[in-house]
Amino acid sequence: MSAALFGLVLAGGASTRMQRDKAALAYHGRPQLDWAYELLSEVCAATFISVRPDQRNEATRAQFPQIVDRQPGAGPIAGISAALQEHPKAAWLIVACDLPFLTREILQHLVAHRDPQRVATAYRSAHDSLPEPLCAIWEPSAREAVLAHMQSGKQCPRKFLINSNALLLDLPDARALDNVNTVDEFSAANAALKSPVTRASHDLSHKGRDEETNTSSTKTAAPSASLPPVAGEGRGEGAAKRTIALRIQYYALLREQAGRSEETIDTSAGTPTELYRELQARHPFKLGPEQLKVAINAEFSDWNTALRSGDTIVFIPPVAGG
Amino acid sequence: MKPFSFSTTALQVDTYRQALADPAAGGYASFEGWVRNHNEGHEVTRLEYEAFEALAHKEGERIVTEAIARFGVISAVCVHRIGSLGIGELAVWVGVSSRHRAEAFAACRYIIDEVKHRVPIWKKEHYVTGDSGWVNCERCAAHGHEHDRVHEHGHGH
Repeated sequence: MSAALFGLVLAGGASTRMQRDKAALAYHGRPQLDWAYELLSEVCAATFISVRPDQRNEATRAQFPQIVDRQPGAGPIAGISAALQEHPKAAWLIVACDLPFLTREILQHLVAHRDPQRVATAYRSAHDSLPEPLCAIWEPSAREAVLAHMQSGKQCPRKFLINSNALLLDLPDARALDNVNTVDEFSAANAALKSPVTRASHDLSHKGRDEETNTSSTKTAAPSASLPPVAGEGRGEGAAKRTIALRIQYYALLREQAGRSEETIDTSAGTPTELYRELQARHPFKLGPEQLKVAINAEFSDWNTALRSGDTIVFIPPVAGG
Repeated sequence: MKPFSFSTTALQVDTYRQALADPAAGGYASFEGWVRNHNEGHEVTRLEYEAFEALAHKEGERIVTEAIARFGVISAVCVHRIGSLGIGELAVWVGVSSRHRAEAFAACRYIIDEVKHRVPIWKKEHYVTGDSGWVNCERCAAHGHEHDRVHEHGHGH
């Protein structure tokens, strides 16, 4: 007998390049998060949304049953893992909140072909034939393996599925899982949804999600030269500005000036020097970097150390023990 | 007992002192840092200590280990308070046991000096006027590069 199917809309992303909350964008006359939640509710026994701890009370998200990331900063796999741990006996239909072309039929097709003996049932990407982790059913048996994947420092859910026994299905509609990451893509998606004539086109590609979530698949992707680049962004791995998720903890004077003990941010800062400059624009910090020390993952570090996603950073004001 | 630790309640000096006892020790030296009622011309009513504990534990332990190796003492311990402290309360305690007195004094001095400069602990002074300020930080921010000099003042030691 297969496990009960629960639904999860991933809404914990940073929407860095969109510069607006992707969960709140409206393609169907209301926030995409509402729309995706309702779609999942039609095929799942219970439906939740995935959020980072700091997003729990946001207006778009507060009204839904939530599963809070246990390792915020790790990208979508943190949401998948948190759900598998929260209800370990359930299977999870996981869906990203930036899929405007997702339909009830796509979800029903997935559910109908689900194989509960595999760790997952997923679609094969129409662009590169690799598994699509963010519209897939994750079985309870995936829980330990996902945790192990994360504990070994890996965050890419796609690579996880590539190396698993996941059942892969062909997409009934090649464009159904195209995601939207930039304002231009958003406009194009809305235009496409309004005009059925263009529905078959592949104007929206998969560029983007990989950079945003550290789940790069571009190295293994099939050639896709026909895909037009989005203005200002290349498809190549090095061409796009990468962002990383960092946890920042504040103490003493900086804690008071930031008005919080910690926060998780997505940033393009590559070093503590760049990060502090960015934080000075957000918070009324008066101490200059020359007056501070910096710690990365609870160890004193150099200001030019390369930051990595998931790092915890503390800027240390002049100390005064004794 | 751990070489460096924090306490949120009053320090138990007798207990710490007994932990340093050793048949080979010919002496013991200790330092107590107390909360005093004034600093830099301001009347102080109480202090709040805060620490970045994960790093403070590591750095504090490094300092004590360095002192033991450097001065050849038998054992050494440092305990620091965190939280709100009133005037006269014990804020930090350092104890060293050794074969001879000279290295006990030297190690004790080394530990308190290094802890004050290196361990991520902060203190906020509350003044009679109702004002408050983070020691070494507020003036630092106002005076820019003068902070090295400002770091030299402290409480009661």
